[in-house]
Amino acid sequence: MSDSDTTSLTLEETRHVARLARLQLSDEELEACRHDLTAILGHVATLGELDLEGVDPMAHPGDRTNRIDPDEAEPSFSTDEVLAIAPATEGPFIAVPKVLGDDGSSA
Amino acid sequence: MSQGVLETATAIREGNQSAMDALEACLSRIESGDTATRSFQHVQADAARAEARAVDDAIAAGRDVGPLAGVPIAIKDNIVMTGRETNCGSRILEGYHSPFESTATDRLRSAGAVLVGTTRCDEFAMGSSTEHCSSGSVGNPWDTDRVPGGSSGGSAAAVAAGLVPAALGSDTGGSIRQPACLCGVTGLKPSYGRVSRWGLVAFGSSLDCIGPLTRDVPDAAALLNVIAGPDRRDSTSVDTEPPDYLAALEDTGPLVVGIPRQHRHKGNHPAVEAAVDEARATLEAQGATTVEVDLAMTDHGIATYYVVATAEASSNLARFDGIRYGRRASMNPGETLEDLYARSRGEGFGPEVRRRIMLGTYVLSAGYYDAYYKKALQARRVIHEEYKSVFEKCDVLLGPTTAEPAFRMGSIADPLTMYLCDRYTVGANIAGIPAISIPGGHTEVDGVTLPVGVQLQAPFLGEPTLLRVANQLQQASEHHRKTPAA
Repeated sequence: MSDSDTTSLTLEETRHVARLARLQLSDEELEACRHDLTAILGHVATLGELDLEGVDPMAHPGDRTNRIDPDEAEPSFSTDEVLAIAPATEGPFIAVPKVLGDDGSSA
Repeated sequence: MSQGVLETATAIREGNQSAMDALEACLSRIESGDTATRSFQHVQADAARAEARAVDDAIAAGRDVGPLAGVPIAIKDNIVMTGRETNCGSRILEGYHSPFESTATDRLRSAGAVLVGTTRCDEFAMGSSTEHCSSGSVGNPWDTDRVPGGSSGGSAAAVAAGLVPAALGSDTGGSIRQPACLCGVTGLKPSYGRVSRWGLVAFGSSLDCIGPLTRDVPDAAALLNVIAGPDRRDSTSVDTEPPDYLAALEDTGPLVVGIPRQHRHKGNHPAVEAAVDEARATLEAQGATTVEVDLAMTDHGIATYYVVATAEASSNLARFDGIRYGRRASMNPGETLEDLYARSRGEGFGPEVRRRIMLGTYVLSAGYYDAYYKKALQARRVIHEEYKSVFEKCDVLLGPTTAEPAFRMGSIADPLTMYLCDRYTVGANIAGIPAISIPGGHTEVDGVTLPVGVQLQAPFLGEPTLLRVANQLQQASEHHRKTPAA
């Protein structure tokens, strides 16, 4: 991203991002997305005007770090509670489509 | 028109009204008064009646009923409650009943509040107009052809229309303050971590805050008193005990109010500028000193915010895959698990959420991380430092909440234009500081009266000063008492 970059996404790049995001989009939706992302990234490119050399990135307000809880077992959800909100179940399991092929390879 | 939070709580505690009567009055107001605004997603009357009955039983038994006993409160549809439906304004969570309870609603209930139901919001809290809600948009009670703001538009509209004394919202980039402003109510975004995020469906985890929308500042302080505090279920919650925010309203002492020059923009509506001028004059008359200060990063706030927020959103929303909960798309023979993920998400998410997931995925993807995400985090540091140095010169900042009063539904089609509505509000989320929007005046637009708001911002954990100053302004004005014509 150069300072004056008017970033323009291609349809192929947009398709690649949709694949990474696991979003099935129609060609029309992809084109609309390409158009919108190009406009938004054009605005984001204004960050290029800033001199940020050597500035420490800040991921979190207050730079707080992880707090560690004691490693103690506590009651969790029951199987019934979890199954009650699953979109498909089979006995005491959440049903999912076949993940592995018949020969054990990734389907 | 409902009474306020403190008024209702006092009437119930002193036995002048039962919690059940207060609830039934509230339910009938919603029944007759929420047809054009559609602020409620689900009215959960049976669950609420059980809570009201428990409060009345406790009072009858002489037990301590808590500071919010019997006060009906509405909850934004992205804060989960056990056994109640939560949809987040999304198809992907159609019919979802949470197996657990958010800390904020748990605390409200423990304080005696009666949770009436859930309010519409932009899908996964992404939006500034509540037009991006899968079950339809919400009307602004001042003019139902206009938006209530967003994303907590249903909460703001419900309070403004007098259906409930208070509601909870969430604020990631202005989603409590902007709708509060456009609907003429008080909306508080607390410091990051002051209120536990446990049970708030995550959008931007380093930005999200739960806060109250109320008729006035003391009611906001009363709710904050209940919902603020450490929570071991949220590792980012602030681990010190909060002060008494209602007591803080009585604070006196010298006050320096900073006015950010960059928030007095020529693009602001004249009524918005007049509201800031009036608030400044009021505070000066009350003895405060005012100084002009610079928030030079204001122009870079939106760019910083939309990189950080969408990056976090794309990660957070990865959990919605149609497998363990939420809506699962149907499958055709020969399709893979990945097809199922992609179709469930493509069908389940609306256009704005898809757009943000795409943007967030892009800025985090290989080759672009340094150019976008890292750069935005560096800009975030600069914004944070800028606030820090400004707060060495003043105790609070005063400016507009939004540049304009409520706009017409459908009038902003371009996403970037919509994002720029948050120009004055995103800074507080980026820096993690508290901010509040209160009604600052009214203006006539195309024959209808619309509210405008002013925003106050304070340093991290500066809620006592923030609320004190906001309350001072309300004591000197009637703006917050004006209600939309029924």
